[in-house]
Amino acid sequence: MSNNFIYRLDWWLILIYLFLVIVGIVNVYSATYTESLESIFDFSQLAGKQLLFLFISIFLGAIILGINIKFFEHFATSSYITSILLLIGLFFFGKTVSGATSWYDLGGFSLQPSEFAKIGTAMMIAGYLGKFQSDLKKSKTLLKVIGYLLIPFILIVLQPDPGSALVYFAFFIPLLREGLNFAYLIIFLSLLALFFITLSFKLSTSIGIIGIITFVIYLILKKFSSKIKIWPFILTFIISIGFSFSVDYIFNNLFEQRHRDRINVVIGKTLDSKGVGYNINQSKIAIGSGGLRGKGFLQGTQTKGDFVPEQQTDYIFSTIGEEWGFLGGFLVILMFGILIIRIIIRAEKQNSKFRRVFSYGVAGLIFIHFFVNIGMTLGMVPTIGIPLPFISYGGSSLLAFSLMIFIHLNFDANRLNEW
Amino acid sequence: MIRKFFFPTITLVTALIFIVRLISLQLINSSYKSLSDDNAVIENEVFPERGYIYDRNNKLLVSNQPVYDLIAIPENITAFDTLQLAKIINISKSELQDKLSTARKFSMKLPYVIVNQISKERNAIIQEKIWKFTGFYLQKKSLREYPNPIASNILGYVSEVNRNDMKKDDYYSLGEPTGRQGIERYYEDLLRGVKGKKFFQKDRFNRIIGSYEDGIYDIPSKGAQNLILTLDLELQEYGEKLLRNKRGGIVAIEPETGEVLSLVSAPSYDPNLLVGRMRSKNYRNLTLDSISKPLFDRGLQAQYAPGSPFKTLNALIALQEGVINSNTTYRCNHGHFYARGMFMDCHCKYGTYNNLLSGIFRSCNTYFANIYRKIIDESGDGVAEGVNIWKKHLLSFGLGNYLGYDLPVGKKGFIPDASYYDYWYKKGGWKSATIVSNAIGQGEILTTPIQMANFTATIANRGFYIKPHFLKSVSNGTFKTINEKKITTIDSIHFETVIDGMYQVVERGTARVARIPGIEVCGKTGTVENFVKIEGVKTQLTDHSMFIAFAPKDNPKIALAVLVENGYWGARWAAPIASLLIEKYLTGEVKRKLLENRILNGNLLAEYEKPYSGKPFLINE
Repeated sequence: MSNNFIYRLDWWLILIYLFLVIVGIVNVYSATYTESLESIFDFSQLAGKQLLFLFISIFLGAIILGINIKFFEHFATSSYITSILLLIGLFFFGKTVSGATSWYDLGGFSLQPSEFAKIGTAMMIAGYLGKFQSDLKKSKTLLKVIGYLLIPFILIVLQPDPGSALVYFAFFIPLLREGLNFAYLIIFLSLLALFFITLSFKLSTSIGIIGIITFVIYLILKKFSSKIKIWPFILTFIISIGFSFSVDYIFNNLFEQRHRDRINVVIGKTLDSKGVGYNINQSKIAIGSGGLRGKGFLQGTQTKGDFVPEQQTDYIFSTIGEEWGFLGGFLVILMFGILIIRIIIRAEKQNSKFRRVFSYGVAGLIFIHFFVNIGMTLGMVPTIGIPLPFISYGGSSLLAFSLMIFIHLNFDANRLNEW
Repeated sequence: MIRKFFFPTITLVTALIFIVRLISLQLINSSYKSLSDDNAVIENEVFPERGYIYDRNNKLLVSNQPVYDLIAIPENITAFDTLQLAKIINISKSELQDKLSTARKFSMKLPYVIVNQISKERNAIIQEKIWKFTGFYLQKKSLREYPNPIASNILGYVSEVNRNDMKKDDYYSLGEPTGRQGIERYYEDLLRGVKGKKFFQKDRFNRIIGSYEDGIYDIPSKGAQNLILTLDLELQEYGEKLLRNKRGGIVAIEPETGEVLSLVSAPSYDPNLLVGRMRSKNYRNLTLDSISKPLFDRGLQAQYAPGSPFKTLNALIALQEGVINSNTTYRCNHGHFYARGMFMDCHCKYGTYNNLLSGIFRSCNTYFANIYRKIIDESGDGVAEGVNIWKKHLLSFGLGNYLGYDLPVGKKGFIPDASYYDYWYKKGGWKSATIVSNAIGQGEILTTPIQMANFTATIANRGFYIKPHFLKSVSNGTFKTINEKKITTIDSIHFETVIDGMYQVVERGTARVARIPGIEVCGKTGTVENFVKIEGVKTQLTDHSMFIAFAPKDNPKIALAVLVENGYWGARWAAPIASLLIEKYLTGEVKRKLLENRILNGNLLAEYEKPYSGKPFLINE
C-alpha cells in the first residue's frame, strides 16, 4: 500500500460510513438499555457486540483494501457458488429463530448467510455483465442474469424470509444502468401499483380505476402521436383486470393473515393501534414525540418503555427519531443520500464494467434497505423486516455491508491502475 | 444519459420524501406528542363475571369455573430450576425454553402467557411452588362450567374472540370470551355485561406506580345478568335419555305461555367438550361428524314432511271454509282412486264409512284426500285461489316462516302456493288431484319439529299461540314476558271436533300406547316417507316416526312434537316417548316402567348404518 493509495482512498465515504456505524451503536445501546448501568464497551451486551463487529469489519476491510483488484474478477463466480452452498446448507444445519431457518449457530454468535449472499450475487452479476459479449438487450443475457438472481431469491424465500428476498429487486438499479429496457421497470412498478389498487379498493372500483388510468394514458399519448392505436391499451386493460383478479385471489386465499395485516395497515384499511398496526403506530408515536431536538440520549420514554418491539433491529430509526429529534433523523437520511450518490458518482468514473456494476449493486442494495426500512418506520411502506444498513443491530448485516463498502473503496482507489 | 441520472434522482427524491414525512411527524403534527404521554398511562380492562343460566325452577344449568394462566415477565426472571418448573406445569423443558425465548424477544418488560388455562387442580400444585420462580405469576380467568351436561344445543357455547369478530363489533379485543351459539350467542349482551376500565400511571420503565389521577377517569364495569330459561331441567334431561341411540328431535311447549319446556336434539354432545384447552380439537371432531351431525339441531333446523299430524290442520281449514261439517262422511275401500288409475292406500278396511271424528282417529287417507280436494276446489274461485286460501290459514299457525324464537338458528319450512305449482306444472296444468299428497302431510310441505309443536300448542289453545321462547326472566328484571297472542284464521268453535278426534286417537285409535291412566291425552301419529340420495340415486329409507300431542285435554299444560328418524311408524317410538314425557311432566314420575325400559334400551343405530353399509338393504322391517 503506497502513500499514493492512501491518498486516493475516498476518505469522505469512510467518514460517512463510520458516522453511520457509530450512530448505530449509540442507538442500539439506548434501545437495549436497562437500569443496571452497563458500559457501552461490555461485549456481552448488544451494543458491545456491535462494536466488536465494527472492529472485525475494519480489520477485514483493511485486508480487502490490500488485495489486488484483479483477484476479485476471478473470485466472482466462486464467491457466488459459496453463497448458494451456504444458503442450501441452511436447510440441513440451520438454526430456526421465530419461524425462519436463516442462521448458522457458530457457538458464541450466529451467522446469517443471506446477508453475505448479496455480495456473492453482486459479484456474479458484475462478473457476467463485465464480459464483453454480454448485452442486456439480448434475451439470452437477460435470462441468465434473471437466473443468477432467482436462485438466491428462491432459496431465501424458502427459509422462509421473504423480506430479505425482496432485497434482490435492488439489482434493477445496476441492470437499468447497463442497458436494461426501462419497460421492465415500468411493468414492475405498474404491477406493484395494480397490487395496491386492488387491495385498497373493491374489485369493481379497482377495475374502474384501472380503466380510467389506461384511457387517460391513451389520450395523452394520442396527443403526442396520432399513430397510437387503441387495441394495445385494451389488451393491457384486460391483462390488468386479470392480474387484479389473481391478486385478489392470492391475497385472500394464499397469503397468511400476518402478511395481509401488514399490507392492510399501510394502505390504511386497518386502524387498530393495539393489534396488527401496533409496531408501526408505536414507531410513529416514538418518532413524533421527538420533536425538533429530541429527548436526548437515553431519555426516550417510548424507547425505555419498550413500546416498540424489535427496536434495536428493524425499528432502530424510531429510537433515533425520538432521542435525537428531527435533527438526528434528518442527518441520518442526509448521510444515506450522500453515501449512495457518492458511490454512484465514483462508480461512473470506473472504466471497468465489472467494477462499475458491482459498485452500482452495492449502492442499489443500500438504497433498497434504506427505502424499505425507514419507509416502514415512518409508516409509508408495509412492514418488511429488513435492517437499516450500518445502524441496525446485527453482526452479519454490519459485516456484509462493511465488506461491500470496502470492496467498493478498493475498486475506487485503484481505478487508474488497470490498463 | 438518462441511465446515469436515473438512480441518483430516485435517491434524492426518496430522501426528500422521508424528510418531508419527518417534518410532518415531528414538527407539524403535535398529536403524536400527546400520544406519547398517553403511553405513560396504562389502561386495564375490568371484566364482570359472565352471567349464570338457570332452568325455570332455578336449577343451575351453566356457571363459571376458574382457570389460571401462567405468566412471565422476562425482565424479572432470575436464575431458576427450569426442569422443576417444566415438570410442575407439565410441559417439556425445551418447550418451556422456547416459550421463554419468544417472550424475551417479544418484550423484556411485558407479561407473556407461558401456559394458558391451567386447571384448578394443577393450579394448587403450582401455587405451592411458584414462590421459587421470580418473574412468574398465575392469573385467574374464568371458563364456563356445566353442572348438568345437557341442553348443549340450546345453551350453545363460548369461545375466544377472533379478528373477524373484532371487525364486526369493536367492543371486543382479541381473546375475550364471546357467545358462539344458542343462548350464549343470542343473549351475549346480557350475559357479558359491559367491561369497565381502570387507568394506572406508569414510570418510564413501564411499571405501574399507582392509579391515574386518583381514578377519576375509571369506568366501572356494568354487571352481567343471570338468565332464567323456560326450560325444565328434568324434562330436558329425561327427553335426552329417551332419545339416546336414536336420531330425532323433541319440542315441548307450555301452550298457554309459549314457553319452551324442552328442546331435545339427538345425537347431541356434552357441553363440557367445548370448554378449555381441548375446545378446538373437540369442536373439529364434532363438525367433522357429517353422518350424525351433533351440532345440527334437529328440533329447529331439520325440515321434514309433517305426515299425518298435518291432517288435523286440513280438517280445521275444511271446517272454517265450510266445505264440510263434522258429519260429512266418506266411504273408504282400503284406499280410493283419486284419479284415473291413481290409487291412494289406506289402513281402513274395505267398505268403512268415516265421519270427521273417525277419519281423524283412524287416520283415514281417503277421508282427508276428499276434504282436501274440497278445500282446493270449493273454497275459492278455482284451484289457484283455493291453494292460496289454504296457505293463508297455515301461515296463521306459524308454518312456512321463521317463528321468531330467541335462538340464532332455524329453518322456515315450506308451504306451497299457486305460483309454486304454476311454475312446476304449466299454468293451469294442475288440479286438486295433482297435489293431493298435501292432504296427508306428504307432498311438498316441509315443517320443523318446533313448528309442529307450535301448531299443536295452537290446537291445544283452541286457536291462538304465543311465540315460542326460551328466556323466562333476567336477574335485573328488564325482560318483559312475551304475551302477544297470535290468533289463527280458524274460529275457535271448530277446534273441539278436531280435539275430540285427537283424544280418540289415543283412547282407541292408532296411538293407544300413549294412554296414561288418569290423564286425558290428545295426539296424532305420523309415519313419514323419506328419501336420501346415495351416490346420486334417490333411495327410500325407513319411515320417520312422528307424534304430536298435548295434555290434559282441557286446560292443556304441555304440547309437544316428537320425531324419531327412521323409526318406522308413529306409535312405535314417537308416541311412547311423547307419552312418557307428558307423564313425567304432569305427575313428576313415570309409573309405566316396562314402556320406559323399552324406549330407554331402544337402539336404532343399526337402522342408521344401512344406507352407509354399501350393501342392499330392506326398509320398514
